[in-house]
Amino acid sequence: MPNVTTLNVNGKKLRVDVDSQTPLLYVLRDHLNLTGTKYGCGEAKCGACTVLVEGQQMRSCVTPVGRVSGKQITTIEGMEKDGKLHPLQEAFLKADALQCGYCTSGMIMAAAALLNKNAKPGRAEIVKHMDANVCRCGTYPRIVKAIEIAAGTGKGVAE
Amino acid sequence: MKDDLELEQERYELFAGPLYNFNFNRRQFLKAFSGGIALIVPVSNLVAHTLQQDQGESGRRGNERVPDDIGAWIHIDEKGTVSVFTGKTEIGQNIRTSLTQAVAEELHVPLDVIRVVMADTDLTPFDMGTFGSLTTPRMAPQLRKAAAAARETLIALAAEQWKVEPTSVRIVNARFVNHDASKSLTLAEVAKGQKLVKTIPADVATTAVKDWTVAGTSVAKIDGRDFVTGKHQYTTDVRREGMLYGRIVRPSALEAKLMSSDTKAAEAMPGVVVVRDGDFIGVVAPDRETAIRAEKAIAVHWQAPGQPGNDELFAFLKKNAAPSRGARPVGSIADGMAAADKKLSQAYTVAYIAHAPLEPRAAVAEWNDGKLTVWTGTQRPFGVRSELAEAFHIPEEKVRVIVPDTGSGYGGKHTGECAIEAARLARASGKPVKLVWTREEEFNWAYFRPAGVIEVNSGVKNDGTVTAWEFHNYNSGGSGIQVKYDFPNQDIQFHNSKSPLRQGSYRGLAATANHFAREVHMDELAQLVNMDSVAFRLKNIKDARLKAVLEAAADKFGWHAKKTEGRGRGIACGFEKGSYIATAAEVSVDAKTGRVKLERVVESFECGAIVNPLHLHNQVEGAVVQAIGGAMFENIQFKNGQILNGKFSQYRLPRFSDVPLIEIVLLDRKDLPSAGAGETPIVGLAPAVANAIFDLTGKRIRSMPLT
Repeated sequence: MPNVTTLNVNGKKLRVDVDSQTPLLYVLRDHLNLTGTKYGCGEAKCGACTVLVEGQQMRSCVTPVGRVSGKQITTIEGMEKDGKLHPLQEAFLKADALQCGYCTSGMIMAAAALLNKNAKPGRAEIVKHMDANVCRCGTYPRIVKAIEIAAGTGKGVAE
Repeated sequence: MKDDLELEQERYELFAGPLYNFNFNRRQFLKAFSGGIALIVPVSNLVAHTLQQDQGESGRRGNERVPDDIGAWIHIDEKGTVSVFTGKTEIGQNIRTSLTQAVAEELHVPLDVIRVVMADTDLTPFDMGTFGSLTTPRMAPQLRKAAAAARETLIALAAEQWKVEPTSVRIVNARFVNHDASKSLTLAEVAKGQKLVKTIPADVATTAVKDWTVAGTSVAKIDGRDFVTGKHQYTTDVRREGMLYGRIVRPSALEAKLMSSDTKAAEAMPGVVVVRDGDFIGVVAPDRETAIRAEKAIAVHWQAPGQPGNDELFAFLKKNAAPSRGARPVGSIADGMAAADKKLSQAYTVAYIAHAPLEPRAAVAEWNDGKLTVWTGTQRPFGVRSELAEAFHIPEEKVRVIVPDTGSGYGGKHTGECAIEAARLARASGKPVKLVWTREEEFNWAYFRPAGVIEVNSGVKNDGTVTAWEFHNYNSGGSGIQVKYDFPNQDIQFHNSKSPLRQGSYRGLAATANHFAREVHMDELAQLVNMDSVAFRLKNIKDARLKAVLEAAADKFGWHAKKTEGRGRGIACGFEKGSYIATAAEVSVDAKTGRVKLERVVESFECGAIVNPLHLHNQVEGAVVQAIGGAMFENIQFKNGQILNGKFSQYRLPRFSDVPLIEIVLLDRKDLPSAGAGETPIVGLAPAVANAIFDLTGKRIRSMPLT
């Protein structure tokens, strides 16, 4: 397979030169220095590496970069626009939905994919959608609250 | 307190090292101190039982001799920046925020003026490590004092400039103002041209807890924006010029010896360097993919001895148990048993579990002119520095360890093996090297929470009075082994054993195992004498704080209300590391699958005066969620030195759908010193759930996980 030479990331066309089998995660992190996307398990079981491809969530650790060339990729670095945080980023801060923060990028991207599908998900739908993302610090209840805040269905401020 | 310590509470803090280390000495301090004002916290202030020493002679105005044992310091430089230097590490427990609050409270400056410099062995004073829930009870009060002393010093300087009495000068929003606010000075204007160093005086007064306005409030994570935007640089994100990527060729099993290896194919790859040193084989390459190919191209033959597996673990631990040390019986078990109406002997077990921090062990190492610098996620930066110095036979001054705020630890990141490996590869290749352990390496080559067997023999009167309490913990540890119940006759012992797996510290240490055995056994005794679980415990409690948390949890839970049909309920309480906890749990069982579902948890927690209610709530809630794993499904499977479920697809972690309704009751005791809260909230869940399962099904489960 030929090498991948360009990628559309966060609205920009970026030059790379990588084997098409390389996982997208490492192309982002090592080649493009977009380190907000994290490695957690390498087998799509924790969600730390979640990015959006054409608005849908994808586990970048098991996605060969060849499969996403030419597609619109969004990483956590692309969520803030003109110095203004994405509503999910605001909501995570408001709900204190993080401790060590290592899972946070993946959580926000997975939540963004959910809100793309359904702008006002119920609690059960949030839990179901987010169940493949791991927060080892155990901030799950706060992440649920954050998503509800961002969706405008939450009460607003966490305890 | 002393008795507890002698039971080797912290035995599993691997390589605990000396309490004192004078490497951050006067010379280094003076090099780092460019000018302005510095307030020093001596090490002796941070170590328990020595608080009265070394405080006598300071407190005069003017320059003093810089002490040799600097434990932390606050610096107000000539630009007016307030910097706090501490060797503590931020791993998600949010001490960067709480320490900032403590300093802001006393210095009367906004939070954003303060910069906390943490865990850099060249910039911050020696610190034993971030464990044992010690930052809040030991470091924070001292920094508070240092900040108060800095404020008084700055006020005196401002008063001197204006030729007025210091009592007429106040700090408002980081500005000094005179009595009628007609004149003002910034921090920079006061600090300019100064070169003033003081040790915190013994008599410095700090703000009473009831008057706190910044400390004690829900300040959001101080640099939270960097985390939600992905900007924060963890160790795994550090990049150095010309950096190479490392991989390690791992043995086939624990204790395996290298019999033969063939590295020719890997060495032939462009840009690849193979490093062979004894049984250590590693590779570096310009990119990660090449490093992986090189690692896979190395043919190795290992030989490992036969080793015990899960099925024989508990017998093995008992068979290899050593006699306990430091046990001091209270009263007489024989007398207690003679006075009992009923007796009970039971054994409880806990499995090995993994910390599984989401950021695996990682290090970036580089050598410059014989000096080694390593970025790594560890809870013991100075301990890792010692390990590196020892591994490479160089003085500690030639090693710098920098700890970026880390992707959690839970007691699992006390050691420096990844740092040493990265440094070894960097030395061989002459370039900076990044090494990030894979998830599988993290499971196989780190260490686990100890497994253990606990045996309890007890006697109880029909009125619910426990008359005898004999408790033997084999291997899991001594933390939380002492009782807060009012038992007249006790014999409590911890026995070391031989562990088939590498084991070490874990959030709460053995307090979880000991609370599990104790609180399940208490439930069994309550059942034996036909008493309600809460009433039975209260019958044996004199400690007012324990009683308060137990009653708070029971009230919030609705313990005395009618039980919900189809639900079981259980309760547990305890004490550890200065804080009190009670946990009540409600479960249901799926009629078809028999699977237990955790429906609701109420946890009450009291750790003295609350420093940050928001982050305390988050810590307690997070501990409950993490505890679900150890209570209900986490369990390391192993045989012959191999971990059989060492990846996330095989090792069950708590997930969103496992989380019940969690209600937290925080008891704020403004009259008591603040204790740490990162650990103890984890200990109550497992026994509460075990007791709830019994309540519903009549099945008594005495093993963690509860399967």
